[in-house]
Amino acid sequence: MNCKGVITRISSYIDGDLEATVVEEIELHLKQCQECTILVQQTKVTVHLYYDSDLTDYPVEVQARLHETLRRKIRRERK
Amino acid sequence: MGVRGVRLYCATLAIRSIEPGLLPGLLASLAKAPTLSTSNPHRLPSTVAREDEHLLVAAAKAGDASAFEELVNRYERKIFRLTMNITRNREDAEDAMQDAFMKAYSHLAKFQEASRFYTWLVRIAANEALMRLRKRRPNQVSLDEPIESEDDFIPQQIEDWGPSPEQRFAQTEMRDILRGVIDELPPDFRIVFLLRDVEGLSTEETAETVGISEAAVKSRLLRGRLKLRQKLDRHFRQNGKKH
Repeated sequence: MNCKGVITRISSYIDGDLEATVVEEIELHLKQCQECTILVQQTKVTVHLYYDSDLTDYPVEVQARLHETLRRKIRRERK
Repeated sequence: MGVRGVRLYCATLAIRSIEPGLLPGLLASLAKAPTLSTSNPHRLPSTVAREDEHLLVAAAKAGDASAFEELVNRYERKIFRLTMNITRNREDAEDAMQDAFMKAYSHLAKFQEASRFYTWLVRIAANEALMRLRKRRPNQVSLDEPIESEDDFIPQQIEDWGPSPEQRFAQTEMRDILRGVIDELPPDFRIVFLLRDVEGLSTEETAETVGISEAAVKSRLLRGRLKLRQKLDRHFRQNGKKH
């Protein structure tokens, strides 16, 4: 497998979503190609950094308005 | 269910008789409950959330409003994060979140407990957010495969990032970088990446939520991940913090 073959499968590779024979081919290539090894590692780091990441503040006024809206709905539906 | 899960559920049951139907009351009572070591129920470890979620859902389905409120308390922050990340507009994000919780409450009886409540909620919220994004930017979010040649995402000049980026950047600085970079991603890629890699939905769940095929999810995820890596490279490589 060449570099392009690895790059187009990089996502499925790090998700463990490939046939064993394809994984073997990729890993054989990685042993010989430092650039692809770095690319796989950096793609894994990218996914890891974003997983469950809290990128947004949750303003208290937004929270208060949600609670008020839901409280009104629950009261209305209970009547 | 672990001991802490049982305790939390018991605490919730106890509170029901004290403060029925009032979120602030529930919050205050939870904070004071002797069985909870933390003063903030939002911060309970996710394993605890998973363990007793089905009990709360069952109670909520049976008409117990305070059980539903506990589910809201638990997930509102994450749901706002999702709707904000998708819409990139605070007003739309707030509306989408409110409507998502309202719909979840109205349709709770239809919820099949084969999946996690949180996953179900994420899908409702993502749909609400996507609807608003499509309304605001009708030409930017497509159900078709984005036209792009393979060469567009083949990386150029790969360089080592050095020591772990997490150790090199302060938490707030890292957060700014991650937020800035994902904002630059075209919506088609951003949404698939958010659902799969930030929220942890499966390929199948992401495909159903966005309304595209699983093959399209995989293709957009590959391109999204590679584009993000490329954009992060700018920060992690060029920053003067290299050791």
